[in-house]
Amino acid sequence: MTFLDPLINGLSLGSLYALIAVGYTVVYGIVQLINFAHGEIFMVGAFGALSTWIVLGQASANLSWWMLPLMLVGGMVVGVTVAVLMERFAYRPLRHAPRLAPLITAIGISVFLQEFVRLFYGAIPGFPDAKAAVVFPQIEFFTGPAIEFGGAVIQRATFFTLGALAVSWAFLWFFVNKTKIGRAMLATSQDPDTARLMGIDVNRIITIAFAVGAALAAIAGTAHGLRYGNIDFKMGFLAGLKAFTAAVLGGIGNINGAVVGGLVLGVVESLATVYVPGQFGGAAWKDVWAFVLLIIVLVFRPQGIMGAKVVDRA
Amino acid sequence: MLEVKDLVVAYGKVRAVKGISFRVPQGQVVSLLGTNGAGKTTTLRTISGLLRPESGEVWFEGQRIDRVPAHKVVQLGLAHSPEGRRIFPRLSVEDNLMLGAFARKDAAGIAKDLQRVFALFEILKERRSQPAGTFSGGEQQMLAIGRAMMSRPRLLMLDEPSMGLSPLMMQKIMGTIAELQSEGVTILLVEQNAAAALELSDHAYVLEVGNITLDGTGRQLLDDDRVKRAYLGES
Ligand SMILES: Nc1ncnc2c1ncn2[C@@H]1O[C@H](COP(=O)(O)OP(=O)(O)O)[C@@H](O)[C@H]1O
Ligand SMILES: [Mg+2]
Repeated sequence: MTFLDPLINGLSLGSLYALIAVGYTVVYGIVQLINFAHGEIFMVGAFGALSTWIVLGQASANLSWWMLPLMLVGGMVVGVTVAVLMERFAYRPLRHAPRLAPLITAIGISVFLQEFVRLFYGAIPGFPDAKAAVVFPQIEFFTGPAIEFGGAVIQRATFFTLGALAVSWAFLWFFVNKTKIGRAMLATSQDPDTARLMGIDVNRIITIAFAVGAALAAIAGTAHGLRYGNIDFKMGFLAGLKAFTAAVLGGIGNINGAVVGGLVLGVVESLATVYVPGQFGGAAWKDVWAFVLLIIVLVFRPQGIMGAKVVDRA
Repeated sequence: MLEVKDLVVAYGKVRAVKGISFRVPQGQVVSLLGTNGAGKTTTLRTISGLLRPESGEVWFEGQRIDRVPAHKVVQLGLAHSPEGRRIFPRLSVEDNLMLGAFARKDAAGIAKDLQRVFALFEILKERRSQPAGTFSGGEQQMLAIGRAMMSRPRLLMLDEPSMGLSPLMMQKIMGTIAELQSEGVTILLVEQNAAAALELSDHAYVLEVGNITLDGTGRQLLDDDRVKRAYLGES
């Protein structure tokens, strides 16, 4: 095994974190709310993609490459719908409540969504029971034999995950910097009251922020399914927590920071698992490194890798 | 054009505006004067829809607007340049100005108004791609006024446009206000610099801890003994 293998594995893992982390950061940048239920959007997005396949491809055991875009769209529709409803009916009434209220609400939403999938997914005719992990369709083109590339063995799902991040990042950059709505988002994040005086409907901007974050999380959920071959109702918890860590690491509120934070986190986790010797090495400690890194950053650079100083944000 | 009737605005249980009434006729410059904390900013923020009044009414061009959300009020033709300028510091000058026209769809008209703002404030044109946060206070104030103009308002509310500016810059801003009036824009001006504001005003109201205590033409108030003592620093 070369150094390249864990590095590429880390980048792939980091791309998943990055795709989820963007959702935390975009919403925080606009409403200063940490949506701790965002990890569950990743989960329902994955189940949305799976459901799409069950409806469209399962009967004919269709594993053609073009099933994947359909699954992605299905996953995004489910993820975005759940996120928009969550914002509208759970968070919006609490917009001016003490900060603890949305946090408790997020825990409630998380439990609800997890239990909903666990208890009711299998009750839909033709759908598998989801009380334990569910097999995710292995779309051949994206999960077939690994590819040797300059001495490294690269899983096809890795190409997909890295590509998904690259495309999403480019789209996001264009959306935020080059469209009218994107500029309205920037304005709202800098000064919501003044944004309203410009004629910007801030509620609409908040809905869009939730929707954009959810779309990316659903892509991540689908990529996760391809990468690991199965999904489960609990998958949002740890992934969400790590992606949140990535967002803080990069500087919460900063989109590029979330991407960089996600990639750094993935690589650190992957390299530490391989190279840390002895008792602390190996897969058993895999989930610890993210939080070790978070603590180090919070102590030495609390604004995150790319975050602005708080003064600049005010 | 604008009429405020028995307006009461409170923050929680504390009333900041305690039942004021005034009107701004078409084409005039009307000022609200008063010391810090009198309720001037609260009044403007209520008119533009950022705050909901506890009671009372706000009418603009025959339409009641005190329940209309802020982003819709600006679309009716009523722009508000807020206290402290509140430009978007990390956006360019041009992006700031274009946000002023956010709700408009007429691309040709927007382009024309942008040129008009650039003609009014040349410095903005020279530095159109710079982040607005790097500007001096006076330049930011020009940007804030220019941005409010970009919605092509029929009524423009300015909250302390001369705050923190050099006397020279202040003259320029006051000159701009007169120019806007001559172009047909109606203006509601809030000022701490009473002398400069009264020179410009067709009518002025004095606000004291949430109540209007005095009103008259600019000239009348300039000559009023109480105004001289309290706001013009004469004895
Ligand atoms: N956001 C706020 N929350 C609570 N009280 C406020 C707030 N803003 C202003 N006030 C109070 O309302 C009163 C009027 O303030 P303001 O309208 O800003 O006055 P002015 O613009 O004339 O200086 C003051 O007593 C001020 O302390
Ligand atoms: Mg004020």
